[in-house]
Amino acid sequence: MNWIFRNNINTDLITPGRYNITTDAMELAKITFIEHRPEFSKTVKNGDFIIAGNNFGCGSSRETAVTALKACGIKAVIAKSFARIFYRNCIDQGLLAIIAPTDNISENDKLRIDIEKQLVMNISKKKEIKAVIPPLMIKLFESAGIIPYLKKNGLGSLKKLFEV
Amino acid sequence: MGQTIAEKIFSQHVGKKVYAGDFVIAKLDLVMAHDTTCAWAIDPFYEIAKKVWDKKKIFIPFDHAFPAPNVQMAKLQAKIRKFANEQGIPITTDGVCHQIMSERFINPGNLILGADSHSPTGGGLGALTIGVGSTDAAIAMATGTCWFRVPQTIRINVSGKLKKGVFSKDVILMIAKKFGPEGGNYRVLEYGGETVHNFSVPARLTLTNMSAEMGAKAAIVEPDEQTEKYLKENQRLYKFDKKSLWSDADAVYEKVMNYDVSELTPQIAEPPDIDRVKSVSEIEKKKIKVDQVFIGSCTNCRIEDLDVVYKMFQKNNLNPNVRTIITPASKLVFLQALAKGYIEFFTKKNAIILTPGCGPCLGRHGGVLYDNEVCVSTSNRNFTGRMGSPKALIYLASPATAAASAITGYITDPRKYL
Repeated sequence: MNWIFRNNINTDLITPGRYNITTDAMELAKITFIEHRPEFSKTVKNGDFIIAGNNFGCGSSRETAVTALKACGIKAVIAKSFARIFYRNCIDQGLLAIIAPTDNISENDKLRIDIEKQLVMNISKKKEIKAVIPPLMIKLFESAGIIPYLKKNGLGSLKKLFEV
Repeated sequence: MGQTIAEKIFSQHVGKKVYAGDFVIAKLDLVMAHDTTCAWAIDPFYEIAKKVWDKKKIFIPFDHAFPAPNVQMAKLQAKIRKFANEQGIPITTDGVCHQIMSERFINPGNLILGADSHSPTGGGLGALTIGVGSTDAAIAMATGTCWFRVPQTIRINVSGKLKKGVFSKDVILMIAKKFGPEGGNYRVLEYGGETVHNFSVPARLTLTNMSAEMGAKAAIVEPDEQTEKYLKENQRLYKFDKKSLWSDADAVYEKVMNYDVSELTPQIAEPPDIDRVKSVSEIEKKKIKVDQVFIGSCTNCRIEDLDVVYKMFQKNNLNPNVRTIITPASKLVFLQALAKGYIEFFTKKNAIILTPGCGPCLGRHGGVLYDNEVCVSTSNRNFTGRMGSPKALIYLASPATAAASAITGYITDPRKYL
């Protein structure tokens, strides 16, 4: 299913500072949106999408916001725009943060992402939505994140990420 | 082609001329990760490296919740201590990371990475100080480099003399109202104009600090005589050349904004967003009862701020229904306040003095709010649940407005108490 959120969802709503005191991703999964949407962590399923308005992930630099969403099994976050540190953290962790118009996506719409064509396919509504997924994000999504990428290819391979 | 300050600093750290939009891998002068973000950087670091690139260029402060308020935080800090010991990096517990870095390390023209969203603060010294997450901090600790897309710059000129009772915090709240939480997203906000040049570095740090709330990647003030003065005051012998750092006359800005602040009045941000800014005199009419006043954080608890608060409390007692918490931004500020007699004075006035650090700003310890409680805070974030209960209400204002509210017990315009 799709979890629909408004504009300016900040990291204090995703993983509130008071609960954000662990380095265990599965513990984080349990506190994700704990106050903003208490049913989220109990009912979220592997492959679900987050759908949001503008400036998703604003606020703190805490990467736990991304780690938590990944641990919950979120397949991609689709938003009209993202705050920069959250966006960067998604790139680094290989979580798809897709920029696209989201107003017409409903909770039960079946979605599919076409990375190559840069599209969000709304199967239920038979609509194709143009999306932005930069090459760096795709590369690191395919490598499951920048740390696995660097581990596999060596620290010197950082430069290669930017070669077209 | 002319360059902005940001483009110049990136060029100096990349080794060739670069401009907005370029992807670069830049050398860093310093990497900071604190007691929350460092914990998450350790495992990724050891995935890719054994030793840090330069232990003298890595700064690990414990500030977000220190001394540890609970077992979980103690566990995180123990994990970081083990890492720091293994790498030979001393841990600093002298106050808020951005304040300590400004006092001790940040020089004009530096490129610094901080695993904290308020990293733009250091730009008040004419450096480029950029916030990232833990993974980027881990890579930076291993390599001394980070990848960036060189950002566009928005130039903000501020002119006019501020009236009595109006401070740099009021200026930045007014700008935040215009920009909104996304108005500076990804950009560098470059501050200039006569008002900014007349601000001391501590006042500038308030501007750059709150730029993070508009989504800015960095914020910067042209380094000048005020910067030289600040460096000297902090026993820092660092010479810089204005010409090589200031934006060129033909630099390309995304846009230029001009604000005249000569008629500005004290400002306050209502919860839960940074752009819900009103004049304090307007909010005062609502007679909003205050439960807690927090004078602290990387935004506003330097000695200049405490000078203002001290003067206001001299003539007035604190309202007994308000918990007034004062958290000096650093050990240095604490010692300055001690030397001036402020600590004894505030204590006798029944204010609560906390250990230098982030204090109650992020709701982990030292002044957590309950349902429906109202806090006037000099910090930078009024998000739902930020300082405790999601039903608590956080209003952001200057130390003067916070102090006036501590005196009366409701949100109060500071001008009649100055």
